[in-house]
Amino acid sequence: MAQITMTQALNLAIDEAMAEDPGVFCLGEDVSAKQGGGVFKVTQGLTEKYGAHRVRATPISETAIVGAAVGAALAGQRPIAEIMLMNFVAVCMDQIVNHAAKLRFMSGGQTPCPIVIRTTTGVGVGFGGQHSDMLEAWFAHVAGIHVVTPSNPADARGLLRASIDANDPVIFIENILCYGLKGEDPGPGYRVPLGKAAVAREGSDISLITYGRTVLDALDVASDLAKEGISVEVIDLRTIAPYDEATVLASVRKTGRALTLHEAVRPFGTGAEIAANIQEKCWDSLKGPVRRVGGTFSAVPFASHLEQAWIPTKPKIVEQIKLAMGRL
Amino acid sequence: MPAIDRDKLRDIYTRTMKVNRTDEKFRALLMQGKVAVMYYCVRGQELVSAAAMAALEPQDYVVCTYRGQGEQTAKGIPMEKWWGECLGKATGTCKGKGGTMHITDPATGIMVTTGVVGSGLPIANGLAMASQNNGDGRVTLVSFGDGAANIGAFHEALNMAQLYKLPVIFLCQNNRYGEHTAYADHTASPSIAMRAEGYGMKGVRVDGNDVFQIYPAVKEAVERARAGEGPTLIEAMCYRMMGHFFGSDFSYMPPEHLEEMKREDPLPKLRKVMLEHQFTEEELDAIVAEIDAQIDAAVAHALAAPLPDVDEIYRDVLEETA
Repeated sequence: MAQITMTQALNLAIDEAMAEDPGVFCLGEDVSAKQGGGVFKVTQGLTEKYGAHRVRATPISETAIVGAAVGAALAGQRPIAEIMLMNFVAVCMDQIVNHAAKLRFMSGGQTPCPIVIRTTTGVGVGFGGQHSDMLEAWFAHVAGIHVVTPSNPADARGLLRASIDANDPVIFIENILCYGLKGEDPGPGYRVPLGKAAVAREGSDISLITYGRTVLDALDVASDLAKEGISVEVIDLRTIAPYDEATVLASVRKTGRALTLHEAVRPFGTGAEIAANIQEKCWDSLKGPVRRVGGTFSAVPFASHLEQAWIPTKPKIVEQIKLAMGRL
Repeated sequence: MPAIDRDKLRDIYTRTMKVNRTDEKFRALLMQGKVAVMYYCVRGQELVSAAAMAALEPQDYVVCTYRGQGEQTAKGIPMEKWWGECLGKATGTCKGKGGTMHITDPATGIMVTTGVVGSGLPIANGLAMASQNNGDGRVTLVSFGDGAANIGAFHEALNMAQLYKLPVIFLCQNNRYGEHTAYADHTASPSIAMRAEGYGMKGVRVDGNDVFQIYPAVKEAVERARAGEGPTLIEAMCYRMMGHFFGSDFSYMPPEHLEEMKREDPLPKLRKVMLEHQFTEEELDAIVAEIDAQIDAAVAHALAAPLPDVDEIYRDVLEETA
């Protein structure tokens, strides 16, 4: 199979959706050919194929971008809005939370809102406090939204296609550090259904539940700990909300231990919700408390060594697994 | 004075009285304690909404606010469904899940009623963008108050609309109060319409209580939008003759303001225009009587209608729960 990068995978998913459905269009800051196809080049080459109406470079106006996406969706189109960096969603939360998420419900099902909001973020590139946050918990806490994030190019292609197909709003989170990541190309028309987790590595001692970039760390840790006789099962949620509870609970019932892992700050994070749910539903299977690893509860710092101290690094993950195993 | 033909005058009068009689009925039901819901009165703003809706085609889109009864009923939402929703019944436009602040009826073009000041403008752009993309020839009209002109969404939306020359009409109903704050206490610019120039957009300010000003202004904006000439900002000067919402105090309005708005009341003015155009008192009374009969029947239907099933709280969250 051919190898593609994460960026290419995303671009292919959008390209084929636009080719199949004239109602699919992109809008966002710097996304068209004149600006080079997006800051991270995900929409490169699409203006040339589909024209400026379907790849609309917008002013720096996040509320107008998401609002326009909402309106176009109500009229039956399938807009893909790019919010350049995840922290900027704070500028347009009203459109996402009060409108996109609720219009299906508040209209009694008359006006579904099929929009995809692509956004990117990530700790580790020195972008500091306003360009690095993972804010998925904000959206996971709102009914009426899917929150999706891929950890590899094949999933990126399949999840983005499924997100564009979805008849509800999707927050699609990309990671700056992963754009260059290479993997197998699953080919045209490939879809990964929303709400289905992947068992990224099977194991029998502990379930490590994560998503996005930290899946890579989890797989590394699992590989290292296998040498010490600890068998780690890695669950890649792929859809953070609503998440695949069945896969998570089945894994924990098998292993009897669980650790949640995310780059977002630990308090009130998605890991807390998952941990609470596991403890309610798998109490009799658990050999110890569900543990959580997440980012430090402060703003993401600038200096490189501070950033590395801030994120949930592999040693921190290993430490929590060993604590859970009674090996520390 | 631009001419409006008699059929259109009758149409505008009928829509205006539909808005007014609906408002009167709602307030009566609230006063009698038969209904206890949030309601934002439209007394004083009936003509602006009615004339604007009369300038649109049935397939055109409308985005309005919690004070949107005028647009909703004048655009033509079936009364039984409108009252059903306002009373929280299963027969409502939104199965009783939206309520007075979130009336939605795509069949008549009422696409969103927002409860958040200013939020409708960016959404209207999106509806208009879809029409521009697929060439369906529709225009979108978004109605909002003077208070909404000071939120960021207004600025972002107007800039984007003009940039793309979207087929959208921004109708600011300047009722001189943003919630409880008078215009002069929330806005330094002498008018909202003048802001259009800052976006390179056409802006007009009209007397919203004069049918010969408001209707032609909206009509022209609709024609420009449909012809691909882009958006228009219309500032329709009017008065909110009641408090911010039903039952709220409006003693903060100075006596001279109350006097002024009584003088400018659009209803006697429109009645006078109708009589001047050879409509008889009897004809006009018959129009109102027919509306009243329709409203009474719709209210009776809504009062007797079933409540939504409790399971509705789980439905329409995502497609899977539809």
